[in-house]
Amino acid sequence: MTARERIAGNVANYVDERTGAAAWMKKNLNKVFPDHWSFLLGEIALYSFVILLLSGTFLTFWFDPSQREVIYEGAYQPLSGLKMSAAYASTLHISFEVRGGLLMRQIHHWAALFFMVAIVVHLLRVYFTGAFRKPREFNWIIGVGLLTLGIVEGFLGYSLPDDLLSGTGIRIAEAIIQAVPVVGTYIAFFAFGGAFPGEAFIPRIFTVHVLLLPGIFLALITVHLMLVWYQKHTQYPGPGRTEKNVVGYPLFPVYMAKAGGFFFIVFGVTTFIAAVASINPIWLYGPYTPGQISAGSQPDWYMGWLDGLVRMAPPLETHAFGHTISWNILIPGLIIPGIMFTGLALYPFIESWITGDKREHHLLDRPRNVPNRTAIGAMALTFTLIALINGGNDIIAQQFHLSINQIMWFSRIGIIVLPPIAFVITKRICISLQRADRELVLHGKESGRLVRLPHGEFVEVHEELSPEKKWLLTYHEQSGPLELPEIDKAGVRRTDAIRNKLRSRMSEANAEVAPKVSTQDLKEIEHH
Amino acid sequence: MAHDLETIDDPGIPPHVHRKTDTDPIAAKKAERQVAILFLLSALGTILFIVSYIAIPDDIFVFLPIMGSTNAHQLFLGLGLAFSLFFIGMGAIHWAKTLMPDNEVTVQRHEFRSVDDDRREFVKTAKEGASAAGLGRRSLIKRSLGLSLGLVGLSPLLLLRDLGPLPGDSLNKTSWKAGTRLVTDPGDRPIKPEDLEVGAVAQVLPAMLPGQDHRTLSDIGKDAVLLIRLRPEEFNLDAERLSWTHEGIIAFSKICSHMGCAVALYEQQTKHLLCPCHQSTFDVTRAAKVLFGPAARPLPQLALALDAEGYLVAKQPFNEAVGPSFWERSS
Repeated sequence: MTARERIAGNVANYVDERTGAAAWMKKNLNKVFPDHWSFLLGEIALYSFVILLLSGTFLTFWFDPSQREVIYEGAYQPLSGLKMSAAYASTLHISFEVRGGLLMRQIHHWAALFFMVAIVVHLLRVYFTGAFRKPREFNWIIGVGLLTLGIVEGFLGYSLPDDLLSGTGIRIAEAIIQAVPVVGTYIAFFAFGGAFPGEAFIPRIFTVHVLLLPGIFLALITVHLMLVWYQKHTQYPGPGRTEKNVVGYPLFPVYMAKAGGFFFIVFGVTTFIAAVASINPIWLYGPYTPGQISAGSQPDWYMGWLDGLVRMAPPLETHAFGHTISWNILIPGLIIPGIMFTGLALYPFIESWITGDKREHHLLDRPRNVPNRTAIGAMALTFTLIALINGGNDIIAQQFHLSINQIMWFSRIGIIVLPPIAFVITKRICISLQRADRELVLHGKESGRLVRLPHGEFVEVHEELSPEKKWLLTYHEQSGPLELPEIDKAGVRRTDAIRNKLRSRMSEANAEVAPKVSTQDLKEIEHH
Repeated sequence: MAHDLETIDDPGIPPHVHRKTDTDPIAAKKAERQVAILFLLSALGTILFIVSYIAIPDDIFVFLPIMGSTNAHQLFLGLGLAFSLFFIGMGAIHWAKTLMPDNEVTVQRHEFRSVDDDRREFVKTAKEGASAAGLGRRSLIKRSLGLSLGLVGLSPLLLLRDLGPLPGDSLNKTSWKAGTRLVTDPGDRPIKPEDLEVGAVAQVLPAMLPGQDHRTLSDIGKDAVLLIRLRPEEFNLDAERLSWTHEGIIAFSKICSHMGCAVALYEQQTKHLLCPCHQSTFDVTRAAKVLFGPAARPLPQLALALDAEGYLVAKQPFNEAVGPSFWERSS
């Protein structure tokens, strides 16, 4: 035994005698993780979060979260002698006088954007492959919670520097709070310590941004990962992969090296972009004052859809009995986002209600094999994308020399008309792809080789697929619609007849597929 | 029905194919060197980082294609850090992909549902515990506990009361009074009609009261006013609103009636005011009537007059609340 082994053994013995960790470690070092590039999306979100914690901690050493008015006398000459908040002045200090400060600010901001991108793309992957199905509904809901908190956390973060752009964002947030019926004005006055903007808001959201929300994030991310660990990862279909097994690489050493290495790659790429691409140059915007604004005011991308909804809202207000209800703010700012996120969170339960499927699922779906789900996803994406585009309508109008009014009208009409069209087109494409799969399994793939038959006919030779490929195109289940009778055995109309009718209608739409190839089909072909 | 049909057979996991590095020691040695080179590139990155920190002054700018002029100190600090991190990752992954075992392992899953015995035991234990504590029988305890738990949540809510003052009437009021002078922002100079040419636009604030030495942002957030001069015949106003203008000069609250942004874009040709936040468009000639966008109300108009010295003053306070709507707003 070498000296190194002896020391390692002693340390391990010391820890194990106090925790009994060896038994647990033995089992979990061999934990199996399936391999696929799309499983790295969630990892990018996790690593961006770590980068945010590190870079954010650095920034707090100099950032002064105060709206106390100061006269700027720092290194950036164009703003010299101007009145501004201590928050803005200290952000300038970090950007111009702290070595590496600007780099850290840019890493922090870019990492926040990547964090949100990774969360959204990860969510889409989970959605379109059906990874949210039983037993993973809890993790889906936690994920939706993380997405929501991420939007709030990002908004609070870019509001902290108290520059002209971010102050305008806070102004809009305040107007949304103020629009809440009955209690809105009170909540706004409590949040801001009086009338907007006051001097209390930045210090308060600083606490929320660096303490409260990161704490909740840590807790939720921990549970999210523990559930992934405990429930074992889903896997893509393929030969030998079933609902009952998990095929992949052991945690130690392969997965640890890959995942650990990937953290450094994400950090490295974020840093590279932060080094070469300027983001949020707050010194160009100037300090916030409610009487000024810059043209082309834009939120960060993950707020853009919300701003786009607000922009396209019709000018509706109700004035009655001495009170005002601002539908033009409430509908796009609170009601529609509320419906969107509630629907998102409840989707796994809605789908399982429609299909009646209460079994565990560990094999992922190919999106084409679940046309209805894929089409609903495309519909929701279309809705959000149109809102996002409208959030940049001023920039688009300017860049492409279009009329801003026309873009707005396109969005107003498009957001109602285009999502259903996206649904229908996507569903048809999915079913067509299923047919193409069927064709491929039955007749093989076109080889491009032409052969002349003895009687003179030319035919193209089709090559039979490998058994692995055939399996991949036919493994999936196709269960028909639920049969829910309106009339019970005694011939009486059931009390839940209307609900059942709705459910079987939806189930029927859900079960619309092109039939997959079965062994019977293959036998039939052999007979020919 | 489709589900009566049989699914074709699963061919099973394909046989493992060895990598070149598994069978060829020379290839393995080469991969080892590649990993080492990647790690060394990371070390070079850190050296670049240290050198940039010490040696590059922070007032040198370099030109980057597409990105434009960039501070050299920050740029090379960032590049050094990026390389040092990136190549550690590349090295580790290259190591894992070429030299660590690439045999896929199959492990069985187990259903999460507990076995029936465990479930029965659990229900029994839970019921016994509950009945031992008397949860079912002692309703007095249960109700009083419910009451106190409900009430205890009130204390933190109460403590939050001091977060801010009650709004009261404050959203309906601004600093504008009858006779308040309009002063330039910035500069605080009073304004005579002849200071403003036709077509001109100016941001103004109410003159500070004697003894007042600065304005809070909360004041500016309600008081900011936009002054625009047109030719008097261009107005299309009723008699009262026309009497609020002075020689073609008209004043509106600059705080958008939609969400409170500064309505700062004035199109001289069309005489439209545009809010850059949500593109609400107001017609200056028709008392800021909403032409387009989500705003539901015109911008409040400030009535103008001249004082004895010929400076522009407010004839009266705003006759409605400025800024975004709120529940208590009466019109």
